[in-house]
Amino acid sequence: MLRDESGPYFGEYGGRFVPESLISALDELDAAYTAAKADPVFQAELTHLHATYTGRPSIITEAPRFAEHAGGARIILKREDLNHTGSHKINNVLGQALVAKRLGKTRLIAETGAGQHGVATATAAALFGMECVVYMGEVDTERQSLNVARMRLLGATVIPVTTGSRTLKDAINDALRDWVANVGSTHYLLGTVAGPHPFPVMVRDFHKIIGEEARQQVLDLTGALPDAVTACVGGGSNAMGIFHAFLDDPTVKLYGYEAAGAGHLTDKHAATITRGRPGVLHGARSYLLQDEDGQTIESHSISAGLDYPGVGPEHAWLHDMGRASYLPITDAEAMDALRLLSLTEGIIPAIESAHALAGTMKLGRELGSTATILVNLSGRGDKDMETAGKYFDILDTAALEREVESPVDPSSLGVKE
Amino acid sequence: MSAVADVIAARKSAGSGALVGYLPVGYPNLATSIEAAVALVENGVDVLELGVPYSDPVMDGPVIQRATQEALAAGFRLRHGFEAVAAITARVSAPVLLMTYWNPVVQYGVDRFADDLAAAGGAGLITPDLVPDEAHAWLAASDRTDRDRVFLAAPSSTDARLEQAVRASRGFVYAVSTMGITGARSDVDTAARTLVSRLRMAGATSTCVGLGISTADQVREVLEYADGAIVGSALVAALADGGIPAVAQAAAALSAGLRR
Ligand SMILES: Cc1ncc(COP(=O)(O)O)c(C=O)c1O
Repeated sequence: MLRDESGPYFGEYGGRFVPESLISALDELDAAYTAAKADPVFQAELTHLHATYTGRPSIITEAPRFAEHAGGARIILKREDLNHTGSHKINNVLGQALVAKRLGKTRLIAETGAGQHGVATATAAALFGMECVVYMGEVDTERQSLNVARMRLLGATVIPVTTGSRTLKDAINDALRDWVANVGSTHYLLGTVAGPHPFPVMVRDFHKIIGEEARQQVLDLTGALPDAVTACVGGGSNAMGIFHAFLDDPTVKLYGYEAAGAGHLTDKHAATITRGRPGVLHGARSYLLQDEDGQTIESHSISAGLDYPGVGPEHAWLHDMGRASYLPITDAEAMDALRLLSLTEGIIPAIESAHALAGTMKLGRELGSTATILVNLSGRGDKDMETAGKYFDILDTAALEREVESPVDPSSLGVKE
Repeated sequence: MSAVADVIAARKSAGSGALVGYLPVGYPNLATSIEAAVALVENGVDVLELGVPYSDPVMDGPVIQRATQEALAAGFRLRHGFEAVAAITARVSAPVLLMTYWNPVVQYGVDRFADDLAAAGGAGLITPDLVPDEAHAWLAASDRTDRDRVFLAAPSSTDARLEQAVRASRGFVYAVSTMGITGARSDVDTAARTLVSRLRMAGATSTCVGLGISTADQVREVLEYADGAIVGSALVAALADGGIPAVAQAAAALSAGLRR
């Protein structure tokens, strides 16, 4: 069974390519996670948190007006955007924070791209009374400034990373350096299915609830399994989360959509599997964007959460065996899909998730009107309003400036003070 | 047979221990980095550790990161690493190890890397993000080409892992002290001392301590219990601040008192 694969290797991918200083921490984490997985008390605690805090199970929503633009296929959205903190990321964060608590760690560190994982980690740290430090590339602190403010409000320290490409990959480097130095007190709460073992397996396990719920929900709604399941792929956590329950359902096709930026044939993209080749980055062997010498190539995407030149090893394995297909979606295609879902269904998706929607529109036209497609709507678009506002030129910047100069009088809005 | 182990043993029996000096290749440019490495040897460094600039150097602190990033921006290519080794070994007799993250070796081809390193006269590799567990290809290639392989040992490593590092290493075992990262110096010293004695119990005959050593006093202190002391950032900072004269002076200051 493909579903039973639990590392450290997925075929030739995965492993542990890290400094020796981290091996004992990874062993300790692996042992604690393995024990937790088998412990009904841990499982009950996590289930309780999901029910009372995350808002699980997340619902599914049919999107018939959007589906008209996707070849008339039946489109069903798995609403991870409705989770507390606004994306799927909280599933993994609560799981790992509970493991960290069992390990007696008092400090959580994390990397973040879009800020969603950082916000989720800061949230868990607040909930469990832990210290929290989030590393975020300087480019991303600028384009996701709202999430920086959210993290700070939650009590986290946000450290802008100024080395390298100043995006997600460099934030991971700094988080790893911090972990090497502070491994006694600190748990590195990695935010995707990448990194050294046990992270790819553990993070997948904490997200597989997405697919497990959705599989049953689709069966209940339609009486059958979907023909295809789709998700966007940055590091690959929301995609692995929704794929996992379907891995051994041979009739269900799996599609991961990578960020193609300005186009996967240009030099401005983040289409790791489409354009990369196997190598070692951030502790695991997988596909990555690299030059002839093995230097990592900087990725580009309008979506901070997909702007990563690597991908989790389980995806590399699924790609090579042909179980899942990975296809590129450009910035423009994603932004069109973002607007379309907003206009047709009243749901504003995260730009990351909009890549899955754009891919699904193409796939629906291919599969035709008899097909059912399950889409992982991994997050909501609130954090992206500045980017989207600029992209569609719908921000009234002049009015915003006027407001700053002379704040609106609340009484003029009919608000009582 | 290991030239590196021999030099370390010779320095040890001469009464002190070895000074291992790190500089990145290609910083600030290829020619200067070669001159700087030669200057280290001329000023008392016994073994050279040449860093291969890499885009994602998770073991490096800010000083070395800045230098290697600059080398990459200035057009560093892997073949420059072999060119530098060849140029340096043609001029000085100190053994030269390359310190490289693993992906560049994988992409170059592990066997091809070992062959080109041997052809350039390089003694071997220090691999900061490759643990022996993942090193099958390199163990085979280094045996075939008779190159040294330096694996890391950390205070957090179990006894079984220390034994594995000792068995897998040739040249020396790189004992990672926590110096410069954790607080008081006496604690740090205790951590490094303990690690070195644990390594000896695990069978190590050649152990160098690195990370955070920057002064002649620290070098002398480390050499009281270890076979070698590795200095990196302090030399890179000197090169950045004052060019070759400064890095030569820094090396001379670190090695002062080691040669009697
Ligand atoms: C909403 C959303 N979806 C997807 C991603 C991409 O991550 P992954 O591929 O691990 O799901 C992110 C990352 O920040 C995100 O915020």
